[in-house]
Amino acid sequence: MAAESQSTVGYIQHHLTNLTYGKLPAGYERHDAEGHVHVLEHDTWTMAHSGEEASAMGFNAIHVDSMFWSIALGFLFLVFFARVAKRAHSGVPTGVQNAVEMVIDFIDSTVKDGFHHKNAMIAPMALTIFVWIVLMNTMDLVPVDWIPAAMAKLTGDPHFFFKVVPTTDPNVTLGMGFTVFGLMIFFTIAKKGFLGFVKELTLHPFHHEKWYVNIFLIPINFALESIAWISKPISLGLRLFGNMYAGEMIFILIATMFGAGLVLGLFAGVLQWAWAVFHILVIALQAFVFMVLTIVYMAQAHQIEEEDQFH
Amino acid sequence: MNINLTLIGQSITFLFFVWFCHAFVWKAIRGAMEEREKQIADGLDAADRAGRDLELAQEKAGKQLREAKAEAASIIDAANKRANQIVEEAKDAARQEGDRLKAAAQAEVEQEMNRAKEALRSKVATLALAGAEKVLEASIDESAHKDMLDKLAASL
Repeated sequence: MAAESQSTVGYIQHHLTNLTYGKLPAGYERHDAEGHVHVLEHDTWTMAHSGEEASAMGFNAIHVDSMFWSIALGFLFLVFFARVAKRAHSGVPTGVQNAVEMVIDFIDSTVKDGFHHKNAMIAPMALTIFVWIVLMNTMDLVPVDWIPAAMAKLTGDPHFFFKVVPTTDPNVTLGMGFTVFGLMIFFTIAKKGFLGFVKELTLHPFHHEKWYVNIFLIPINFALESIAWISKPISLGLRLFGNMYAGEMIFILIATMFGAGLVLGLFAGVLQWAWAVFHILVIALQAFVFMVLTIVYMAQAHQIEEEDQFH
Repeated sequence: MNINLTLIGQSITFLFFVWFCHAFVWKAIRGAMEEREKQIADGLDAADRAGRDLELAQEKAGKQLREAKAEAASIIDAANKRANQIVEEAKDAARQEGDRLKAAAQAEVEQEMNRAKEALRSKVATLALAGAEKVLEASIDESAHKDMLDKLAASL
């Protein structure tokens, strides 16, 4: 347990709250540590001291911990790979270059399997998604109390919020999902024109030769296709979020047992180890699924269907 | 679990990372890998070509060897022929020379014989007369018997 004073529920909630920086609206009542109440006179950009404050901030807030880890891990990946890339040579590869080339080869063959169009951005995007998500998910294997406890010591605030797994933040996963969605629309329009995009939304899946029948089919098609389109980024983001959030939750639940005596503590240690081993699979699998689905969606965006050529 | 600006922050970060990966990671590493693939393909190609070249060279060497052998054989043949010819020629020359020497010797012998005969012929009359004088113990008129003696000499 992180602190004796915390109840199990409080402990879990603490672990599930992001370090949030955002705008509190004017008139919001802030409770400080001693129980005093301050009423804010102006809109204030500040660190949230509790989950309620973070909620009150609404959309005008940013999760500092999620962004920090996501950017830090992204940089770790890119700096490492760019260093290798800088020294990459066509001679006999050794050590690190060998490992990096294995990853690149794996991504390249996966992309070539699923994406048969000309677009130089898809493979680097797949590589970024895969390695970045693997790294972000891997933060789940760090015991849940280590980094938050270290940060609490460092800042002197025992209630300092600090989530270390960016992919357990729906903002992060949905942010990536919607970016993929935006790129899908962008490439669809770039490849088929705006009219092609509209046709894709309105002339599928039902189609009839007679225009007066089509008029009645278009709204149905549009409703169906809209759902099909919008479900893609949401399922993409929520699948990753759900898997990682569930995994993190189980680690936290196991961690609550550490304070409950020697026997339960040892049992929790075994459980944590077992779950971590299993979780390695989830970490790699979810990153792979996200990457493959992105490749599939991009291929769909580039696909000019034969049916379209009759119109 | 609030949806907030993090969503957009992550979006921008994602796009930046994709761009960075494309510009500074993917191209360089894939470039090196493709170059290596090409080098290996070229190497294998070169090895294939070298193998074919070797075969050709061996064939050529064998052909040249056979030619050289044939030439050597023909040269030896010619030399043998020539040697035989020279021997024959030498034999012929020797024979001819021998014949010539023999002929010359015979001619000389004949000449000597003739000369001796002439000498004998010129002396036979005198010798005959002297002999006859001795036999007859008388002087014989040389002029009276000259005709007979000349005839005798001529018949020798």
